[in-house]
Amino acid sequence: MMDINTLRILATIASFAVFVGIMVWAWKRRNTSDFKDAANLPFTDD
Amino acid sequence: MQVSNSQSNTYSDGVIRQFSIMAVVWGVVGMLVGVIIASQLVWPELNLGLQWTSFGRLRPLHTNAVIFAFGGCTLFATSYYIVQRTCHTALFMPKLATFTFWGWQAVIVAAAISLPLGYTQGKEYAELEWPIDLLIAVVWVSYAIVFFGTIGIRRVKHIYVANWFLGAFIIAVALLHIVNSAAMPASFMHSYSAYAGVQDAMVQWWYGHNAVGFFLTAGFLGMMYYFVPKQADRPVYSYSLSIVHFWALIFTYMWAGPHHLHYTALPDWTQSLGMAFSLILLAPSWGGMINGMMTLSGAWHKLRTDPILRFLIVSLSFYGMSTFEGPMMAIKTVNSLSHYTDWTVGHVHSGALGWVGLVSMGSLYYMVPRLFGQKQMHSIKAIELHFWMATVGIVLYIAALWISGVMEGLMWRAINADGTLTYTFVESVKAKQPYYIIRVLGGLLYLGGMIIMLWNVIKTATSGKAATATIPPVAAHA
Repeated sequence: MMDINTLRILATIASFAVFVGIMVWAWKRRNTSDFKDAANLPFTDD
Repeated sequence: MQVSNSQSNTYSDGVIRQFSIMAVVWGVVGMLVGVIIASQLVWPELNLGLQWTSFGRLRPLHTNAVIFAFGGCTLFATSYYIVQRTCHTALFMPKLATFTFWGWQAVIVAAAISLPLGYTQGKEYAELEWPIDLLIAVVWVSYAIVFFGTIGIRRVKHIYVANWFLGAFIIAVALLHIVNSAAMPASFMHSYSAYAGVQDAMVQWWYGHNAVGFFLTAGFLGMMYYFVPKQADRPVYSYSLSIVHFWALIFTYMWAGPHHLHYTALPDWTQSLGMAFSLILLAPSWGGMINGMMTLSGAWHKLRTDPILRFLIVSLSFYGMSTFEGPMMAIKTVNSLSHYTDWTVGHVHSGALGWVGLVSMGSLYYMVPRLFGQKQMHSIKAIELHFWMATVGIVLYIAALWISGVMEGLMWRAINADGTLTYTFVESVKAKQPYYIIRVLGGLLYLGGMIIMLWNVIKTATSGKAATATIPPVAAHA
């Protein structure tokens, strides 16, 4: 039933799913050229 | 108060100069107190028989000075430096930033007076009494306004990864400090914790371990992600990894605190949870370390000639070493040997002297000449000397405490055939003395290096003058 422990389990699973989503997003080929610009940000100021 | 400085075309570096100089000054003071109390453990008469200079009062003075005065000033300085240069804008509300400098110095001075006088809340790394806690909260909220305000007025689209780490550090420390310091004042400079019993212990170590995780790790990882690429003159090895590194650290660190309370009144499941999350932490920690080190890939030769880069990279090796050792010590069976022994103290110092100390020194050596309009530090040879004194000092320190810690742990659990203890407690204390002498030597070397750094910084600052750095025009933005 929906007691506090069910909520805790759901929150843990949801957090894990979000984390896996972040990993997939971070290594998606489509994003890597944006990341290249981002990685060069420290070199654009001086 | 000036609301926004977004129209200014130079960076607000005055406050960074102030914090940088004071970081080095407080570093010398905090490490000196460390050497004094290490010496007291060998020669107890050095407490001079006075309550104000006894070990119990000077020890929190040492930890507060090195963590919050040296580490804190370095964090303020570097975060203000990084956030402006990666957001291409001057600080938001620069006068509030100046207030954070004077406010933070006031906190440090209040700590340096109240701790030797014996005022304490009795919580490790959170000893300061409630009026000082209130001042810390005000300074910290001001810091958050300046930092996030600067990100808010940034003139580039992307928020660079170093700022994510620094932002997480600022938010987490605000949360930790306010929750753990909740107390009922009984009088001026005396109060009782809002929590009782094992809950109080759990809140304290939730705070304590996250002080390590966010104050001493996330913030310094922010430095790593800016100063390692800058000094190596190449972008970070993998930006994708840096994003995953960030979120993995954020998702796991908050849960590791119970490993400080193994085999106590804390429920067993909570201890096991803390142990499991501590083991998981190995992955993001090493991911970050590898990301930093691999930034040098193809440019390893720079380590031979550049002592500043050596500070930064060796700090990462100590980070890797202590974040391997930490999860191992969080395993309950290992902890039953290591807990309450010098092994813990050695572990903390391999992280504090090796990782936090060296990465701070490397970052300060990068910033100081630029802040004072110089090409480089007054003496490169002195940086070189500092590096070797610090490294040898750390190795002596942690090796000595590994031996004395494992030895005393084994002596405490040794049992005769008839079930009686083999050794009395005082026998274990006596057996440690030679290692404590080596620890003092290691500490003296580390302190000596820091004094050389102070001389070098003063020389660099006085032969240069306050430099103004121009913000690049909008067109230059990626």
